Amino acid sequence: MAELTYREALNAAMVQEMERDDSVFIMGEEVAEYDGAYKVSRGMLDRFGDRRVVDSPISELGFAGLCVGTAMAGLRPICEFMTFNFSILALDQVINSAAKMLYMTNGQVNVPIVFRGPTGAALQLSAQHSQACETYYVHAPGVKLATPATPADAKGLLAAAIRDDDPVAVMEGELLYNVKGEVPDGEYVIPLGVAELKRSGDDVSIVTHGKMVHVALQAAGKLAREGIEADVLDLRTIRPLDADAVLETVARTNRVVYLEEGWPFAGVGAQIAALIQDEAFDDLDAPVVRVAQADVPMPYAKNLEQLAKPGVDRVVEACKRVLYLVAEA
Amino acid sequence: MATAAPEAPSAESAAASGIAGFSREQLHELLREMLLYRRFEEKAEEAYSIGKIGGFCHVHIGQEGLAAGAIKPLRKDDLVITAYREHTQAIAKGITPRAVMAELFGRVDGCCGGRGGSMHLFDAEIGFMGGHGIVGGQIPLGTGLAWAIKYRGGDQVCLCFMGDAAVNQGAFLESLNMAAIWRLPVIYVVENNGYGMGTAFRRVSVTNVEERSGAYGVPAHTIDGQDVLGTHDFFARLAEEVRNGAGPQFVNALTCRFRGHSMSDPVSGTYRSKEEVDKQLHEQDPIALLRDRMTAAGELDPEEMEAIDAEVRAVCQDAADFADASPWPDPSTLYDHVYAETNVHGRLFLDGRAGRGAVNG
Repeated sequence: MAELTYREALNAAMVQEMERDDSVFIMGEEVAEYDGAYKVSRGMLDRFGDRRVVDSPISELGFAGLCVGTAMAGLRPICEFMTFNFSILALDQVINSAAKMLYMTNGQVNVPIVFRGPTGAALQLSAQHSQACETYYVHAPGVKLATPATPADAKGLLAAAIRDDDPVAVMEGELLYNVKGEVPDGEYVIPLGVAELKRSGDDVSIVTHGKMVHVALQAAGKLAREGIEADVLDLRTIRPLDADAVLETVARTNRVVYLEEGWPFAGVGAQIAALIQDEAFDDLDAPVVRVAQADVPMPYAKNLEQLAKPGVDRVVEACKRVLYLVAEA
Repeated sequence: MATAAPEAPSAESAAASGIAGFSREQLHELLREMLLYRRFEEKAEEAYSIGKIGGFCHVHIGQEGLAAGAIKPLRKDDLVITAYREHTQAIAKGITPRAVMAELFGRVDGCCGGRGGSMHLFDAEIGFMGGHGIVGGQIPLGTGLAWAIKYRGGDQVCLCFMGDAAVNQGAFLESLNMAAIWRLPVIYVVENNGYGMGTAFRRVSVTNVEERSGAYGVPAHTIDGQDVLGTHDFFARLAEEVRNGAGPQFVNALTCRFRGHSMSDPVSGTYRSKEEVDKQLHEQDPIALLRDRMTAAGELDPEEMEAIDAEVRAVCQDAADFADASPWPDPSTLYDHVYAETNVHGRLFLDGRAGRGAVNG
């Protein structure tokens, strides 16, 4: 074990996979000479050369589609988006090409590509640079999505994504890159589709993913000081979805809050709430409550941004609601 | 050509290739290929009209010279990627008429098992990489196929077809720029029939097709796509140049669409006149042009032409009979091939019908 930042852990996963497989390469804006817009690819150009660490023009649709084409030919591209906000330009190639290729070809052509970069809001970057893009990706069958919250998960899930034979989006967070944590040395791969209980408590379940795991843990800490013990279940991958882990925590606490950074309408939490009411309705002692970004574009002003973001206090309040400790909002 | 497209062919239009450059066998093969494509598409139209083929169906009638002339000179391991008017291109690359027709019928013996349909024909084994339905969507993909060739140090080329309307997509210019940066072994071919569906190219563009690639450093060539011999000769030379490191190329191939955009559109009407199409049919049918040229050169007589036609008509009838007899896809395969790796933890499918662990173990 070594203590690494989340950024270093992602770098370690890419280096690990590029060392073992020549078909893996990285392409994106600023990934080579600049060492990465967020320095995730630091040192990789020196190590692997410009054949495998490739600066692209600012052409998200073009280079994402180019990477999908290389994957159709059997390479394993890591397509870095400076942020997933910009990947909206590339969604035609993600959805219409990458996600559907295997199906349209009746299994002839798979697309082993990784789309990665930060998603969600940082600080005062305002509307166009502050949005969680998970649902754009998981909405389409054919795409997988991992959302590592910790340095160890970052290394293990990114390695798994690179080895996977399907398109996998790995959504990181600008505010996570400096987070430190213990990361296993050597080859480390976490299978996709396995959630992790980041904290145990039998009173209420906070189910979440990605950066919000940290918010959930803070909320759980606050609740603990009031004598309320919360499960914090980190899905780690949204698709495949570890439904059993969700159903298990519901069965134990009977009260669920879903916390996510994105908008609530047709969000990840909506899907999880549907799953729970389909398969664990009788386990519930209260309706599922969702905590998400306010249903508005992200404002710039500091006070409004704070209001729009799902924060610790809202999670604490939501937990008390499903415990019937506060009145309906 | 003025009626077909806003530009006239340039001097480069392969006029140098005379019939002398082709053996009798080659001439007959090219004539047969084009006639096969024509009869195949006519059979597809017939099948569409009686409901055997559904959805969108875009036939290539009038553009056969390009399918034969551009694809036949390629090596078997070269790659072709294209848009959705691609039935004949698929046959040119080597998918059998039976497998194409069965795919149009949505049957299990189709080249994509009935999952793709008219717009998504594939056979990766022989380098036919689709069949793409979003205008311009195949252009970055074809650029990526060429990138992979170069990454591996191969000497194949990738032929990336598009219609003239696709040059107004951002995907086009982004791709040409990248192909130029990395000197990729890709030939972009515009099948310039002058119309994007029912909109004349000149109504939605100030500069013409040929001018579009120069800004990105990709050399442009304009050819007469109705002249199959000139087209064949041109692509044979160009493919070798690209194979030998000439970098990406852009071909503006002038051609004519003798039918509507798709089966549900009229041949002419509000957007182009009947006279325009009649003139093209009379003067620029690639099959008639080759037939007459071969006849004049003493390489073809009417009996031979009739025999070729009878033979390809039989091939197309056989393809239709085969397609009609082919079973529908097994309903139990609905969830197959959504993911390559389905032996995963957790659930890939969340519609309930796939069931808890029923499909993904």
